[in-house]
Amino acid sequence: MALAAIYSLFIINKSGGLIYYKDYVSAGRMDTNDSLRLASLWHSMHAISQQLSPTPGCTGIDLLQAHNFDLHCFQSLTGTKFFVVCETGAPNMEMLLKVIYELYTDFVLKNPFYEMEMPIRCELFDLNLAQLIQKDRVALLGR
Amino acid sequence: MIGVGKAKQYANVLDKPLSRGRQEVSLSAFAFLFSELVQYNQTQVDNIAELERRLEDAGYAVGARVLELLCHREKGNRRETRLLGILSFIHSTVWKVLFGKVADSLEKGTEHEDEYMISEKELLVNRFISVPKDMGAFNCGAFVAGIVKGVLDNAGFPAVVTAHFVPIEGQQRPRTTILIKFAEEVLHREARLG
Repeated sequence: MALAAIYSLFIINKSGGLIYYKDYVSAGRMDTNDSLRLASLWHSMHAISQQLSPTPGCTGIDLLQAHNFDLHCFQSLTGTKFFVVCETGAPNMEMLLKVIYELYTDFVLKNPFYEMEMPIRCELFDLNLAQLIQKDRVALLGR
Repeated sequence: MIGVGKAKQYANVLDKPLSRGRQEVSLSAFAFLFSELVQYNQTQVDNIAELERRLEDAGYAVGARVLELLCHREKGNRRETRLLGILSFIHSTVWKVLFGKVADSLEKGTEHEDEYMISEKELLVNRFISVPKDMGAFNCGAFVAGIVKGVLDNAGFPAVVTAHFVPIEGQQRPRTTILIKFAEEVLHREARLG
């Protein structure tokens, strides 16, 4: 499974609050306020895109392609949104988002000390996420 | 449903053999249940020591039952009466039934004669749990310590059992050690038995 460079990862709760943010490159690093603002903006855009759809049953933006980056978004059934900003044309990002979702259900939701909808501060989640991204980098080098 | 009707019907539930049945339960289901247990107990206490004690109590009840069941099922209604016997019973038989594997290690404490340690690299109950920094050395393994205490107490080996995180060199995650400190009378009895 070859994956490409990821710039940053966001997780937003169902009311649009940023509960997790991590960046993986030094370029374009944001401070807390900016990332919070961006997260709630994305939440609104996602909601608007559903309204824009001419046919019913639209689940919102899955992929946003820009000149120099891609943004992949995955929304869980409970309305938690996961999105990664990555290199253009990076493959397998849907896969990666699903794996991240799996880590979230394991190490965040099964942790008795995590309060729902609140910022994620779980050591095991950080650890496993770092390992996942690391694996991804190694796979990239081996290509 | 497939398989239904294959099982022999017993008129009286007591005639049914006490078989192993299906040995596995869903890890997720257990993790959510355990998480809920911890969360509920958290609302009932105002300090961490109290939380630890409540988890231990919950485990104690499990231990008492597990001892009863396993002595009947695995050992033909006999139970261990010697210190090392009961410890290896916990380390292998109990651990295997509860966690699907033998505990990683069973050691004797180096500093005190009455201390034994069961260590586990990754305790099943701690698999998904990250303890926040502000809770200090709190370990949800207190539940497992309670199970061990339940088994020991009911087998006639009163002991104080606690769970601790022990950092391992070169590893990011500490392991959990269940520390067993036996009561004086247990050691006296052992010495007498020779």
